[in-house]
Amino acid sequence: MEFLDLIRKPWPWYVAGPLIGLTVPTLLLIGNKSFGISSSLRHICAACIPARIPFFSYNWKKEIWNLIFVLGTLVGGFLATTYLKNPDAFQLAAATKADLSALGIRDFSGLMPADLFAAENLFTLKGLIFLVFGGFLVGFGTRWAGGCTSGHSIMGISNLQWPSLVATCCFMIGGFAMTHLFLPFILKLV
Amino acid sequence: MQQIDELPEALVCDAPNDMKKPEAGLANGKYLIVGILFGIVFVKAEIISWFRIQEMFRLQSFHMYGVIGSAIVVGMISIWFIKRFNIKTLAGETVQFHPKTFNMGQVYGGLLFGLGWAITGACPGPLFAQIGSGYVTVIVTLLSAIGGTWVYGLLRDKLPH
Repeated sequence: MEFLDLIRKPWPWYVAGPLIGLTVPTLLLIGNKSFGISSSLRHICAACIPARIPFFSYNWKKEIWNLIFVLGTLVGGFLATTYLKNPDAFQLAAATKADLSALGIRDFSGLMPADLFAAENLFTLKGLIFLVFGGFLVGFGTRWAGGCTSGHSIMGISNLQWPSLVATCCFMIGGFAMTHLFLPFILKLV
Repeated sequence: MQQIDELPEALVCDAPNDMKKPEAGLANGKYLIVGILFGIVFVKAEIISWFRIQEMFRLQSFHMYGVIGSAIVVGMISIWFIKRFNIKTLAGETVQFHPKTFNMGQVYGGLLFGLGWAITGACPGPLFAQIGSGYVTVIVTLLSAIGGTWVYGLLRDKLPH
């Protein structure tokens, strides 16, 4: 089937970006919900380990839609990978491949490098930095910033909120700093 | 110990539910469907890829800039329409928008999240889609992100905002 072959190929930015943008009015109009994903992490804390911390003492059940949404994201990831798998090899910009090869990355076969994310790295320094430390920064940083790429960069900027633009610039500065200043050092270390 | 109504504004959730009518059971199914579609887009546009994030921060591909940029443009136009024509929700309610007030947390927290974004190759949304795609080690990243959120909640009063 031609249509199925077409959607199995990687989707270009001008298809994916507008679809992600449409999430904003969809959530607003189907249930008066503001788009934001990092909130789900807070709701999980409030539901599982509130520990009498005021920041987690609220009625998380009222926000359960957010947890259902991220559960859907997980299921969507499974469905796309299982039933709409790209038949061709993963394409990476030649310059990025050259840069990362020079830093010791060897596996370019999938969406995530096995050099860093394979299960055997779990209990090594690699796992500690790329999974545990990286994940901690994502959770701690997004909550301190009051949102992530969805809540600030997409929902916030779409609603013309300048603090969200400031937050987004800081996300990018942090990312550039890690990629160009710290990552070469970290990849040498591990 | 759960008390929502008297919480100060700063403690209110950033992606709040503003629907007045309570929703139960099946009504929440629509968020599952939107979430599933969202997850499919994440995988098919390869936004969940650590490599795509590296391309972005190395300025070697336009892909991620195109995705985020066009998402913002579509979001902006949609919100303009909703406000301009006072479009109501399915339940007939007025759509609620929340102004963001600036605080230094957006700078400090934003920088820390950026550092983590380039290490893990994921913001919170893609974390869930990566796990669904079978990258099981990312479960550790997600648990650690939940831990990071919890530690923020614990230290909140001591951090500059």
